[in-house]
Amino acid sequence: MAVTEEKPTRTRLISGPGMLLVWFYGVMVVGAVSRSAYQIATEFDRAPLAYSLSAVAGVVYGFITYTLVRGGETARKAAQFCCAAELAGVLIVGTWTLVDKSAFPDATVWSDYGMGYVFIPVLLPVSALYWLRRNRAVTP
Amino acid sequence: MLTVLTLVTGVAALLLAAWCGWAAYRDQPTKDWHFIGMAVVSLLAVVQLVVGIVLLARGEKPEQGTTIFVAYLLGAFACVPAAGFMSLAERTRWGSVTVAAGGVVLAVLEVRLYDIWGG
Repeated sequence: MAVTEEKPTRTRLISGPGMLLVWFYGVMVVGAVSRSAYQIATEFDRAPLAYSLSAVAGVVYGFITYTLVRGGETARKAAQFCCAAELAGVLIVGTWTLVDKSAFPDATVWSDYGMGYVFIPVLLPVSALYWLRRNRAVTP
Repeated sequence: MLTVLTLVTGVAALLLAAWCGWAAYRDQPTKDWHFIGMAVVSLLAVVQLVVGIVLLARGEKPEQGTTIFVAYLLGAFACVPAAGFMSLAERTRWGSVTVAAGGVVLAVLEVRLYDIWGG
């Protein structure tokens, strides 16, 4: 790194399309967290796996939202990792719900690849990963 | 009363989405007029929130449960203002896209509210 270079400010991850991502992640946080909180509080025994998964999804969404807003290279890497985990989650749970419907008496956020949420759960990590890759810190 | 309000709010939200989508298409940030539009839609959501609470206080019961109903009312109320503030922070076309997305999300919430109330 050049000596004369100024101390770089944190990479802003919420400029331009990033703002749209934050919006959708925010919506998903509210959706997943409130839904799972309600279901766990009222009818947990009916579909414990499904409701727990929704809660986990909510936490992951919350963390990604936080990293996006915070910005910076570390946050970017953390977000990238979580988005990959999220994508894996959607694909695994989505397939699981299709293959073994009996394991899920009730839907999760990620059921059928997020069909109940207009497929946003599967589209979001893909576009986020693309966005995060583009914002890699430029290597000197 | 609530059903009409739900319908009007949903349609207004879609109009707002289309309008801001148009602004984004023309590479423009949200402007004063858009914010007036957002205020109108938000006002509808506030009225809906108040009417919903009054109906509950009168003893009417939503088909799918009071908690869910109130949660969705609050979500609908917060939706457009939140997107509006984000578009203030992002003075490019992407701010407009965010508000457009906010309008679509609100329209979806209205459909759900309709179901939850029980048509």
